[in-house]
Amino acid sequence: MAFTTILFYLFSFVLISSALVVVSTRNMVHSVMFLILAFFNAAALFVLLGAEFIAMLLIVVYVGAIAVLFLFVVMMLNVDKSELKTKISLHTPLLLCIAIVFFLEIFLVTKISSAGNYQTATLFPTPADVHNVNALGNILYTKYFLPFQLAGGVLFVAMIGAILLTLRERNRFIKKQKISDQVFRTQANSLEIVKVKTGEGIEL
Amino acid sequence: MNTELTINHFTTLALLLFVIGLSGIFINRKNIISLLMSIELMLLSVNINFVAFSSFLQDLNGQVFAIFVLTVAGAEAAIGLAILVIYFHNRKNIEVSSISSMRG
Repeated sequence: MAFTTILFYLFSFVLISSALVVVSTRNMVHSVMFLILAFFNAAALFVLLGAEFIAMLLIVVYVGAIAVLFLFVVMMLNVDKSELKTKISLHTPLLLCIAIVFFLEIFLVTKISSAGNYQTATLFPTPADVHNVNALGNILYTKYFLPFQLAGGVLFVAMIGAILLTLRERNRFIKKQKISDQVFRTQANSLEIVKVKTGEGIEL
Repeated sequence: MNTELTINHFTTLALLLFVIGLSGIFINRKNIISLLMSIELMLLSVNINFVAFSSFLQDLNGQVFAIFVLTVAGAEAAIGLAILVIYFHNRKNIEVSSISSMRG
């Protein structure tokens, strides 16, 4: 067995088992930690595939930003662990059956079909003389310029949305009618009649 | 690329990861954070598929698309966690089953 194949099986074994721990463990912090482990192994698989830029992006974005965000939220919410006793619902076996059937369908399709023999038109062939980052940059800033900018727009909107959602001061942006103030407003506390002498004005 | 390592290996791996994420959503009825993490796992499996096909077909399109998937995953995680935080402040728990009472 070749070295890369051994590496593939090693990384994918750790990836799958840590994903299983992510979905099955009850402790949220452990779950996030195994999610980080899964992302690292996926990045290693991407390096194996020759996509170094995506691999490093996965580590920077997922581990550096998203997993830390998850950790912050887990820490901030301080969910009571005793509340999180999982009770197996009645339709869990049915749903697991759906998942297994889904797996078998696509697995058999990929096993039987000869996916190696696809004849597709190559839009952007991988250049042999240029590094992966360089080649991706050449495409991303020329052919994919508009989608690239729009992806930045998506991130911008998400950022503003997250800030706006979690902002604590409720009445900062919304002006609401205060009915009690209107009801309690009388002539005595709102109106005052002042005699003004000519040429002197009044002090408010 | 080694000849022993075919694209079937990677599609099967991505499929396994996707099904794990899917059953994570099914099994988990208590905790929205686990649900969001399952969604992240599913998006990761999609990315593995994209990069694997990009590498085996010698076409950079898939890697560019993987970057966009990564962007959307980041935006989704941020918005989802923000919604989760305000939901927790309102109701003091994060059970999946009690969200249905948020219907207007």
